[in-house]
Amino acid sequence: MPDFPATLRYSVEHEWVDDATPATVGVTSVAADALGDVVYLELPEVGSTIEAGAVVGEIESTKSVSELYSPVSGTVVEVNQAAVDDPALVNSDPFGAGWLFKVEVTATGDLLTAEEYAAHAG
Amino acid sequence: MTEDQQLTEDQQEKKTPLHDEHVALGATLTGFGGWLMPLRYTSDLAEHRAVRQAAGLFDLSHMGEIHLVGPQAATALDHAIVGNATAIGVGRARYSMLCAEDGSVLDDLIVYRLADEHFLVVANAGNTPLVARELTERAAPFDVVVDDRSDATALVAVQGPRAEEIVASLTDPADVEAVRGMRYYASAAATVAGVEALVARTGYTGEDGFELFVPAERAPELWKAALAAGEGHGLVPAGLSARDSLRLEAGMPLYGHELDTTTTPYEAGLGRVVKLDKVSDDGTPIEFVGRAALKARSESQPARVLVGLKGEGRRPARAGYDVVFRRPDGSAGVEVGTVTSGVPSPTLGYPIAMAYVTPEVSAEGTQLAVDVRGRAEPFVVVPLPFYTRP
Repeated sequence: MPDFPATLRYSVEHEWVDDATPATVGVTSVAADALGDVVYLELPEVGSTIEAGAVVGEIESTKSVSELYSPVSGTVVEVNQAAVDDPALVNSDPFGAGWLFKVEVTATGDLLTAEEYAAHAG
Repeated sequence: MTEDQQLTEDQQEKKTPLHDEHVALGATLTGFGGWLMPLRYTSDLAEHRAVRQAAGLFDLSHMGEIHLVGPQAATALDHAIVGNATAIGVGRARYSMLCAEDGSVLDDLIVYRLADEHFLVVANAGNTPLVARELTERAAPFDVVVDDRSDATALVAVQGPRAEEIVASLTDPADVEAVRGMRYYASAAATVAGVEALVARTGYTGEDGFELFVPAERAPELWKAALAAGEGHGLVPAGLSARDSLRLEAGMPLYGHELDTTTTPYEAGLGRVVKLDKVSDDGTPIEFVGRAALKARSESQPARVLVGLKGEGRRPARAGYDVVFRRPDGSAGVEVGTVTSGVPSPTLGYPIAMAYVTPEVSAEGTQLAVDVRGRAEPFVVVPLPFYTRP
């Protein structure tokens, strides 16, 4: 069972969010491994308002495409252009350089602790 | 995040003789054609690139091996399949198809002539029972025994520019020359890693390579020997994901995608495999299953044809997506076809796809679009294959 950073909160759809302001959102190592090599990211636009639990983008790998759900509600203030340009970052460093977007959070969805997420993903 | 295609292990699926090796290597497994197969070991892209640049090792034991042995083996096959078995020299192989009476494709096959009176038909995993049944039925009037040896046979492929070196290094010295000198679509018996094998210079990747048919119980030792021998050559184990992107770059059809029971060989651009004019030794035309329907189809324009599509954007098309006319403003026009296979090409760096489209929009250079989940993505018709080895 991989270790999940204890400082992060997790959605059942395998996204993570930190508690900074603005908050950073990404997908977990479980998601990255299940997808295979990520080749294309479609992220929400900067300035757009997003809802927790809603589809805000898509992650495309060599074999499949997955919808990206937001774990929080709020306004998108930044997207990770480096990951858009080099989606392999999502595979190589999903909790770090492979982050996806930053949000001024107004509300969060139902989120899990690292321990709860580990149980869910296991 | 939920996946469109849930890739789960199904305990009902058959395991190949190399299943324990895949588990030991940490492979992600997936169901395919009734079998539990390695989808990838580490990375789809790394495995794909290893085959293009060095070598990949594949477990293809899910494929079916049906033998036809007897004085009328060639005659029986000539009646059963669309190709000309009599014309295959001993030690050579041909790509062919098994069609229904209506000309539709029941499976695509590789037919190896192992001896004057002995053929090996390799069928797709999920189609093997049907192919064995059809061959048995169609061969019944002839003096031949049809024997499905799929369960007793494992198939391991070494594919890539370093394949010859790797296979030769494992081959008994007495057989090395035969292996090295083997032509494409030829086969010979050889001892490889101490295992009696049928070695064939065939593959499904667009690279040079070999396929080794061995007794199921000997497969693990061959697999381990090949991994060890290939290590210094850059060989890695490669899964079905890499196999699919490799074959698609090479423009090769996959049954269930480009070929199925709604397709004849002509729509797929494979009319050349249908030997309408094959004749027996005394010069009389050979009536084979599907001939009348295929002859009629050969004389008419197909309603749809298989084309290659190159993506001009970054979003890949996937099987089942609509191909649409591209309006001058880039928006989607009327539907003109359907994507059968699509991937982001690891070698070429852009999306590639195969699709059936109406003949009016099938010319090279035609600007089309694919409806990728509600948005028209630009694609242009290009010749197949997308990739040819240097």
